[in-house]
Parts: sequence; C-alpha cells; structure tokens
Amino acid sequence: MKFDAPMGDTPIDTGRVVGRPHARVDGPLKTTGRATYAAEWHDGLPGLLHGFIIPATIAKGTVTAIDTAKAKSAAGVVDVLTFENFDINGTANGKTVKLVGGPQVQHYHQALGVVIAETFEAARGAAALVEVDYEAEAGAFSLDGVRADAKVCGAFGGPGETRVGDFEAAFEAAEVQFDQEYRTAAHSPAMIEPFASIAQWEGDGLTLWTANQMIATTRSSMASMLQIDESRVRVLSPYIGGGFGAKLWAHADAILAALAARKTGRPVKVVMPRGLIFNNTINRPETIQRLRIGTRADGKIEAFGHEGWSGNVEGGNPESTVLSSRSVYAGPNRLMADHMGHLDLPEGNAMRAPGDAVGSIAVEIAMDELAEKLGLDPIELRVMNDSQVDPSQPKKTFSNRHLVRCLQDGAERFGWSGRQAPGTRREGKWLVGMGVATAYRAALRSASGAAVRLETNGRITVETDMTDIGTGSYTILAQTAGEMLGVPVDRVDVRLGDSAFPKSAGSGGQWGASSSTSGLYVACVNLRREIAQRLSLDEERAEFEDGEVRSGNRVCSLLDAVADGPVSAEGKIDFGQSDTHAFGTFGAHFVEVGVDSYTGEVRVRRMLAVCSAGRILNPVSARSQVIGAMTMGVGAALSEKLVVDERYGCFINHDLAFYEVPVHADIPHQDCVFLDDVDPHGNPMKAHGVGELGLCGVGGAIANAVYNATGHRLRKVPMVVEDILAGLPDPV
Amino acid sequence: MKAFTYDRVTSADEALAAGAGASFVAGGTNLLDHMKLQIVTPDRLVDLNRAGMDTIEPTAQGGLRIGALVRNSDLAADSRIIADYAVLARAILAGASGQIRNRATTAGNLMQRTRCPYFYDTALACNKRDPGSGCSAQDGHSRTLAVIGTSDLCLCQNPGDMAVALRVLDAGVEVAAPGGGTRTIPIAEFHQLPGDTLPVREFALEPGELIIAVVLPPPAGGTHYYRKVRDRSSYAFALVSVAAVIQPDGTGRIALGGVAPRPWASEGADAAIPHGAKAVAAALFEGARPQEDNAFKIDLATRTIAAVLAEAKEARA
Repeated sequence: MKFDAPMGDTPIDTGRVVGRPHARVDGPLKTTGRATYAAEWHDGLPGLLHGFIIPATIAKGTVTAIDTAKAKSAAGVVDVLTFENFDINGTANGKTVKLVGGPQVQHYHQALGVVIAETFEAARGAAALVEVDYEAEAGAFSLDGVRADAKVCGAFGGPGETRVGDFEAAFEAAEVQFDQEYRTAAHSPAMIEPFASIAQWEGDGLTLWTANQMIATTRSSMASMLQIDESRVRVLSPYIGGGFGAKLWAHADAILAALAARKTGRPVKVVMPRGLIFNNTINRPETIQRLRIGTRADGKIEAFGHEGWSGNVEGGNPESTVLSSRSVYAGPNRLMADHMGHLDLPEGNAMRAPGDAVGSIAVEIAMDELAEKLGLDPIELRVMNDSQVDPSQPKKTFSNRHLVRCLQDGAERFGWSGRQAPGTRREGKWLVGMGVATAYRAALRSASGAAVRLETNGRITVETDMTDIGTGSYTILAQTAGEMLGVPVDRVDVRLGDSAFPKSAGSGGQWGASSSTSGLYVACVNLRREIAQRLSLDEERAEFEDGEVRSGNRVCSLLDAVADGPVSAEGKIDFGQSDTHAFGTFGAHFVEVGVDSYTGEVRVRRMLAVCSAGRILNPVSARSQVIGAMTMGVGAALSEKLVVDERYGCFINHDLAFYEVPVHADIPHQDCVFLDDVDPHGNPMKAHGVGELGLCGVGGAIANAVYNATGHRLRKVPMVVEDILAGLPDPV
Repeated sequence: MKAFTYDRVTSADEALAAGAGASFVAGGTNLLDHMKLQIVTPDRLVDLNRAGMDTIEPTAQGGLRIGALVRNSDLAADSRIIADYAVLARAILAGASGQIRNRATTAGNLMQRTRCPYFYDTALACNKRDPGSGCSAQDGHSRTLAVIGTSDLCLCQNPGDMAVALRVLDAGVEVAAPGGGTRTIPIAEFHQLPGDTLPVREFALEPGELIIAVVLPPPAGGTHYYRKVRDRSSYAFALVSVAAVIQPDGTGRIALGGVAPRPWASEGADAAIPHGAKAVAAALFEGARPQEDNAFKIDLATRTIAAVLAEAKEARA
C-alpha cells in the first residue's frame, strides 16, 4: 500500500485493543531470563568457540608488526586471526571507519583481529599476549583545534546550510538581538547489553545471531563485507538490550565472529567487552553551537540563526545540531548550518535523536535566556513563536502540531505559576528552581512489511524482521493484529528480528512503531480479505470481533476459515513525499531541581513531559519510552561526558564507573502525559513514535531549572559541581 | 584472565601458611575486576571466605573488634555500630551498591585500590600497575584524583568511604604475620603515600601479612556525620567526602575522602574545627598540589566541611 492520502476510518479507530495499556507480551520471558539475547544461544551449537577482540592501542598510525605466536601457543587457543589473514570488503552500511583496522589504524581500540579459543577466559587471556608494534602518527583530537577549518556539511544526506529570507539583515535590524554560544559533551550510548554475535556456517551459508536494530541492513552489510550472496546470510536478533543507535549497524563482533567461524569451521561467539564499547564503536560527538535570535520588542522572532560545529572521521557525518531549528520556531529569516572538522577520534554517528538531542539543549537554553531578556515568561515566548506551517518550507502545514497545548497543559499540571525569580527560592540548604523546554522531533516514516497468518487453532502469527530494542514492538504489533482480526492480544504470537521474515522499517529515528504497525496493518487488511473470501463473506462489510467474522446476518468463527489449513497474507506500507504536510512530534518538558548551596550538587526533584504524537499505540510502553528518554536527558545535562585525552587520542573514561549515566536515585519522580490526538495524515495507524521525542529538550529544561535555582547561567553541559560552584556565593 | 591456582582455607593460620606469594580473596569485588582486565595477574588465590573472622566482638577496652570477613552490609546494620559509631555505618552505606556491600568485607574494603582511569587502561603508563612506566595521570584527566599527598610518580586517590570513617574514629588494623604474631597498624598509617621511590607502595602490609580484624576504640560520643559529594546520587566514588564526629562543645574530629591517597586528616585540622571550615581546610590542604582538572576539590571540600559544621551547629542549637 502506498500511503499518500489521509486515512479514513479503520478498525484501529475502535480502540478495543490498540491504544490500551497492555503490559509487554515479552515481559515474562525477560523477567524470567528466558528471552534469548545475542550472546545466549547455547543450545544447538556444539563446539561453540569464543573470540576476543584484539584492540589497537593507538589512535592513528600504522601497525608495523603483529606477533601472534605467544597467543597461538597459549592453552585453549584454537587460532588467532588478524587483518593480515583476511580481506573485508568495505565496511558496514552506515559506518565510515572499517570494522577491522590494520595496517592503518583509524581510531583507538579499533579491532585488529580476534583470538579464538575453547573458552572465553582463554581467549581473553591470550589476547593480552598478542604483541603489536606501531608507527604512531600525530592526530587531531580537539574540536576547538579544528573548528576554524571546519566546513559546512550536511548529515546523512541532508543539507549543510539552509537559508530563508535574509538572516543577517534581519538580525542586524532586529529590535532585540541575542547571540550566545553553547557546548555539549560527547556521549556514549552505553546500553546495558554489549555488542555480541554468534556466527555459524553451514556450507557457504552464514547464520548470525547478533544484537542489531536493523536486520535487513545488517544482512546486506554482512553479505557485502564477506562477498557472498545476500541469500546465503541469515541474521537473527529477536531480543535486544538497548541500542540507542549504536546497533543500527554491524560492528566488529559480527564480522570477526563470521570470519572466525568460517576459518575454524565451528560456531564462534564474540562479545565486545564493556571497556571497548566507548572507543571501538560509535559516539555522539561533542558540539559547539551558536544561537543568534533577533526579535521585535514584543518577542516575535524576525531572525533565527543556529550554527553547529562538531568533529568526525574523514567521510563521516557532522552532528546535525540545527536539524530541528529548521522547523521548531517561527521566523521569516533563517540561517541553519552544520560544520564538521576532521578529528581522529572514534567515529561519531547516529545516537538516539541524533542532532536534536543536543541541538535542543542549546536552543532551549537560548529561548530561556531570550525570554528573560525580553521580560517574558519562557512559555509565553514559545507560544508566541509557534508556527502551524514549517517555517523552512512554508507551503507545508504540520499535520498535527499541538505544541502550545503541550506547554499550557504542562504548565497547569506542573504548577508553573509557582516559579519564582532566579536565585530566590530556598528550602533549607537547597536552592530550588523550575525550567521548561519544548520537545520537537520529526516524525519520520519508512517502508515496512509484515506477514500475518491465521493458524488452524485460531491463533494469529505475525512475522516481520522488525526489532524490539526494549521499546515494546512485540506488544504494539500484537495489539495491531489483535485489533484488526478481532482477537485478544494473548492469542497473537509475534516473531521478530529474523531476516527470514518480511523486511521492516527496523528500529531507529523513532520511525519503528508507526511504520512497522502500519506495515502489519496492510498485511492484516489483506488477511481479512482472504478470510472473508474463504468464508464467502462480503469482504468490504466483514467485521472481525471476539474471534468471529460478522457480515450482515451471518456470523462465522475464525476457526471456520482454517478448516482447510492456515490462511496467510503479507503486506507492506510505502510512503511518498508529502507536498502539503510536514510531520512532527511535539512536547513540553518541565523540570524542578534542587541545587545544594554548599556543594553545588544538582538533584532533579520532579519531571513532567506532555507529549503529542498522534495516536499512542500503547500508553504503558510509550510512557516507558518517554521516561527512559527523560532519564537519558538527565545524564546529558548532569553527568555524561566522554572525556578526550588528547595525548592518546581516546575517550579515557571508557567504562561505566567513569562514564556516569543516571542511577535510580537520580530520578525521584517522573510523569508523562499524552494528548489525546490522532494524525490521519501520517500513516494508517494515525500514530507517531515517541522514543526520541522524550529526549529532545530535556537537557535544556534542566539547565533552565538550574539557572532558575541559582541565578547563574551555564551554557555548557554536563553541568558538574565545579561549574555550578563557580556561580554560588561562599557559604562560609 | 591468566590461569591461576586456587585454594580454600578454613582459618587465619591456614591462610597465613598458604599465603606466601599468593593473593588473598574474600568478596572479590575489586580483585576479580582487576584480574579480568589483567591489571593484576596473580598466580595463586587463597580464598578466605571459609576462614571465620566474621564476628564483631566487644574489646576489654570498651571498643569493638570487627572481624576481617564481616561483610560491609552486616557491619553497617550492626546495632552497636549504629548506636556508637554511626559515622561508620553511614560511610559504608554511602558506598557501592547493596549487592556489592553484601559481598565486600571489612578487610577487602580497606584493600580496595585506586580509581584512576590510567590505572584501568593497561595500554597506558601507570607506576602503580607497572612500576617505572610513568604516570599518565600527570597532566591527564585527573578530575577525580588526589590533590594532596601525591607525588610525581602517582596521583592516585583512595576511593573508599569506610576507611574515611575509620580514620575519624582512630581505628586500628590488626594484622597477622606468616611467622606468627600480630601487630596493629593505626588506620592513619595503613594507606601509604606514593612518595618519590618506586615501586609505589599502597598499603603498610608486609609480604604475606593478613588483616584479621579492625579494632575500634571506645565510643567517642558526639554527633556523627558522613557527607559524600558525587556527580550522581548513588553508585559513584566521592569527589569529596567528609567524615566528622562533633562534640557538644563544638570540638571534634574530621577526615576527608576522595582528596588524597589515604583518608586525609590532621590534628591541626581537628584543633581548628571551632574556628570554622576555612581554618579546617587551610590546615588540611597545606602543601596541596592540585592539577588543573581537580583544583576545584579544595573549594568543594571547604564548602562540604562548612555544610557539616553548619548542620552540627544547628543540631546543637
């Protein structure tokens, strides 16, 4: 089905199953340890070997010698493979650096090979015996150092610089001018499940169990890198312990497991140790951002300028900090530009809400500062500059933009009117403040297919290569099939993450929920037709409810349709470009913080997100998405920072003790409210994803709350105690 | 992980007999991490978990003798500790996680090693890990490291919480020697400063010596405080911590964590308590040699001492 017109009424609109707060259908498997994650496929794999990655310990240069003799002779070692022993064609789709380096080293901890042994411990021990000689080269590791040479550059095929009207003239002429610079630190996805793969060859066919968000992409990546036909590769990733973008692509574990299994003729498992994840894989790069906003005296924006600078490997993407600024606030004159400098740090790539997660921090602090300069409430300024058309493409109307409602509804719920002047609210030793920010993230849509089958026992089976990265895909797909076919969720079996199933949108860019359920919707429409035909019912009028199919006076059981065997159908959704509509998801974040007036510690007290994203397919799993994203935003605002050691060209804090993500004690109270709206222009489900929306703006709201608490403005995140203390009076 | 031999012992004497050239292991919450990362590669492990030494007994002097194998969780929950040595219970509960405290032991906690990123990356120079290789932390990412008591050889911080409380309580560490006999090392001397000669020594233990108990003097009275400052609310090492026992007359004792290779305290600083936080900090940080990244710790420690003294003053009022 090509989706190019607003959706009329569908069975989904009845809301008997879709939109209800169903607990995760895969929850019991996960809480009892029976969900099989990538490293856990022990059954049926006799002779499984273990591989341990040999990492480079320089950032840039050449391997002049690699001596594996000692490692090969260690007890339990079966073989040692290095870049000298194989050829990998190119790299994984979406990645820039090679998955295995050598002789050229492109970044610290780049894989150079793999030690293969009978046990994990033997492989790990022997990896330390591999001796590598390098000729190191000087590299560029400082964003400040390359900023002057950074070039305008677009991310992921998008534009580098966009202009509307005459920004410079309008800014110059503006009654109120605002011009500030902001910095955000580099982030690691730091998901709980490390990268892991098990590879097994049968003849020239590869089966790869791995942890991956995009099955079809990874299948073609593996085929291409190994130079075999795609039909010979099967990729399975049914359960994934978080990805945050890092698992959009194949990594060193996948290719090294495949190469090691081919060489040894036995299945091989490679798990990437925690200490390698930070430098071996991908990160969200550090950014510098300049915001220039010119307004009329009343606060109406006349000129909106947002420029970003980041660094990345040659051929990589910049962090697209200005992406959302093209669409979020009004203003007839606009300049948005991303710049990229060349750095020899590990590759920056798409981490959750790429660009927007950190771009929104700068923009939302700037709006807070601007409101204060104008003497306006920060919500008033945002409401005044709302735009129902996309300000960068004024011919396009937002299909479903309720930002103003989110802000106003949230203000009411949060008690925003109790916010006091900066630095004036004190509770004992605590300085208390509130902050607000807009959340905006584009609603991307992507082609997606699924198969659905009515079994002879009346159960429904759904199959698609869609992934569930902890998001709830299993559940919303079960709800979709249940709604369309008139059965409860517990009669639907959803099978995901297998390249043998129809190709889906995969998980990324918050497009997965709406796209994959839309693809399944189409498959279900087709299955309903098949069932109606088998039952000789009028397919247009047939209603599926309570395990029955009803048309006119006739009522049939679904079981009547499978007397001669199961009934199957496939379906696929495709999306064209809309000339009339822009698609986005919107929200408002509210945060209250306490700042310890002695120590400068910032502790979040309350958080609220009010979100509008069309139909919410499952308010429980959607809420989990949003509050998880809010938690990630707390990390970005207060603690998460990959620290570059420019002497070694690496992120030196490469474990979870030194790279601090929030813990439960940091998150005392979170609330999440969804507006009750549907978007018939978006897709057949009239729904959009929220997994990235929940992250956008959070850091800005926290920074604004900290300012409101202390009266001291910080323009750099994370805001750590030494930065906070610089603005606090001496308590002694 | 390098292959190693492993023996279990059922008493301190057996451990001492088996211990020559071996590493003792109890909770394993620090040692096993180091072995996996090959920061240390012992040939032999002697497992103490069945060796007793897991009770808390009153001493003739009116104090408590805490067996080396008493788990951190049990120690923090002991009613005598809570009543008379609250700073110790609070310090323990400010560290690690519930699961780790259930495993970690009193002696093992004292023996935990520094949390320096360069100590943890075996590709980089570290005198503590590889004597003579150098100290990558000098001019490196030193934000969490020590500001005083360091040398050009090492900037390590002692990351512990429990030891800071023991320092303010003036505890003794009772150790047994392989040839027989015991001695008590004052907690103030148990952790070594790096000094100017290699190897960088961390503990006052002689080869083969085994910690068998920690001895607390009779209760000091007063009000007990443990204030730990960190980047997140739990499960993080101290940027700065303050252990204090403040008496009704405003005198007391103070020790700092997170700022030095050992819990940091001095008689001069204690004497300055009635004069306020700045006087205490001035005494504690005399001769400090902070790095650019961690100079803030001196101001932070001063302010944290002020917070504790203000709380104590309020409690007295």
